[in-house]
Amino acid sequence: MRRKDLYALLLIAFLIVLYPWIFEGNKYFISILVFLGINSIVTMGLCLLMGYAGQISLGHAAFFGIGAYSSGILTSQYSYHPVVAFFVGIFFSALVAFFVGKPTLRLKGHYMAVATLGFGEIFFIVFNELIFLTGGPSGLSGIPTLTFFGQVLEGTAYLYLVWGFAFLLLIFSLNVINSRVGRALRAIHGGELAANAMGVDAARYKVQVFVLSAVYASIAGSLYAHFITFISPSSFGLMPSIMFLMMVVIGGAGTIWGALLGTAVLTSLPEYLRGLEDFEVLAYGGILMVVLLFMPQGVLEGMQKLLKRMKKTAKRSL
Amino acid sequence: MREEILRAENLQKSFGGLRAIDALNFAISQGQIKSVIGPNGAGKTTLFNLITGIFPPSDGILQFNGQILNGLKPHLIAQLGISRTFQNLQLFANMTVLENVMVGRHTQTSAGLLSTGFRLSWMKKEEREIEEKAFAELSFMGLEDKAALEATSMPLGEQKLLEIARALATYPKLLLLDEPAAGLNIRETEKLCHTIRKIQQRGITILLVEHDMSLVMEISDELLVLNYGRKIAEGPPREVQRNREVIAAYLGEETGDA
Repeated sequence: MRRKDLYALLLIAFLIVLYPWIFEGNKYFISILVFLGINSIVTMGLCLLMGYAGQISLGHAAFFGIGAYSSGILTSQYSYHPVVAFFVGIFFSALVAFFVGKPTLRLKGHYMAVATLGFGEIFFIVFNELIFLTGGPSGLSGIPTLTFFGQVLEGTAYLYLVWGFAFLLLIFSLNVINSRVGRALRAIHGGELAANAMGVDAARYKVQVFVLSAVYASIAGSLYAHFITFISPSSFGLMPSIMFLMMVVIGGAGTIWGALLGTAVLTSLPEYLRGLEDFEVLAYGGILMVVLLFMPQGVLEGMQKLLKRMKKTAKRSL
Repeated sequence: MREEILRAENLQKSFGGLRAIDALNFAISQGQIKSVIGPNGAGKTTLFNLITGIFPPSDGILQFNGQILNGLKPHLIAQLGISRTFQNLQLFANMTVLENVMVGRHTQTSAGLLSTGFRLSWMKKEEREIEEKAFAELSFMGLEDKAALEATSMPLGEQKLLEIARALATYPKLLLLDEPAAGLNIRETEKLCHTIRKIQQRGITILLVEHDMSLVMEISDELLVLNYGRKIAEGPPREVQRNREVIAAYLGEETGDA
């Protein structure tokens, strides 16, 4: 891991440990950070797929859903242990990702986007129509909260659990990025022809990273299900898929830190805008448009550039 | 007679009705520099693409060290020890100079997704080795000062050298260079000539496509002349230069210069 990454990691860890203390365990603020952690897990995987390997997915909410429903159904209806259900979700997501990824990852650009969009829609329909398992459009309730040695994990404890997962996966991702595999992924993004000529099996790596990102989404889904204890298909349709994609793009898909920043911005933005009531959507769309127009590389890189320019002008004026 | 490293028998490639490579027979001996010349559209780059597996031959056989290449995917051919540069630069624009060369070490290393993700100790060792060896190839090409730059921020000449460094990092047995001198000035070309010789001294066999005739004539052990996908001459430069058919087809009948 690079030194800069390590510092960023420590800083975020510090803030998260401090957060519940600052907000005095306020439930509302805690839940925002829990959702941020859950979304971050999804977008980290998506960033590996999009930002590093250069492959788009408009269906990632489906994997999020597979994780959530696996945990939800198995624990609430068949009283499996949550840990078992968690791994069933991972296994199932990986399996689906493998068989979906194998053919679709041969496609490029828009075609890949449309194919994954279609796949996401299929699962959205499955979640809706498999009523005896998922409860259909009216949702699945009664998902148990997690316990640890008889202690119910809620509030701050659950926050630390989610962020514990987020950190482990973040470290895993950073390790992959700064390695032979990470370079192979970026090489595929930079030019598949040359990557292949250097001995990189592009087709295989694309499937691998697609499966990995699906596993991330599934983990996030399981954590989501046990947190809100009620799930319905609307959380796993096209809109959430686009939302995850937007988080990655707004922050800057080029680095995992960008994706995390984007996730933070888009997860908390609706909370700031709540006061605008009916105009919330308008303001939301406006902000996204401005960001994409003026910082096409994402907020992170845009801010870095802005900072550099400010330093330059400051020097000149001295 | 030295051992053959690459052999093509009755090699054919058609694109629709066009025969880009037509009934081509030739061989490259271990350790030599062989140049493929011919007018534009003669099938030189097509030949490279066949050897590196970008598309399969329509007919005929390609053999590398006794192994049939037909139908192998490009990444497998790279693993066998054939590396290349591209006529139109194909550097990874999203990476630094050093990282580009580090990608070249891919065939010689093995860490997978899980071993890199969990940062196993043998993988860390491998990672250090990748960086050292990549840096060594950069130094070999005289680009060690540029390691941290973005690959595409360098001038064209250096980008071309970087492509060679990246190809060398795969430790190839056979190196295919597609017009390495195109766009270089005279001094850069001279330096390139010297570099290609140094690569040969490392025991690497070289197949060169090049339009710069003085470079080709000076450096090649053997020439292969193509026209409309067919071989019209093969042999040492002096012999080929005197070949009437070559002069007619390639150098032009009346003017005689290139």
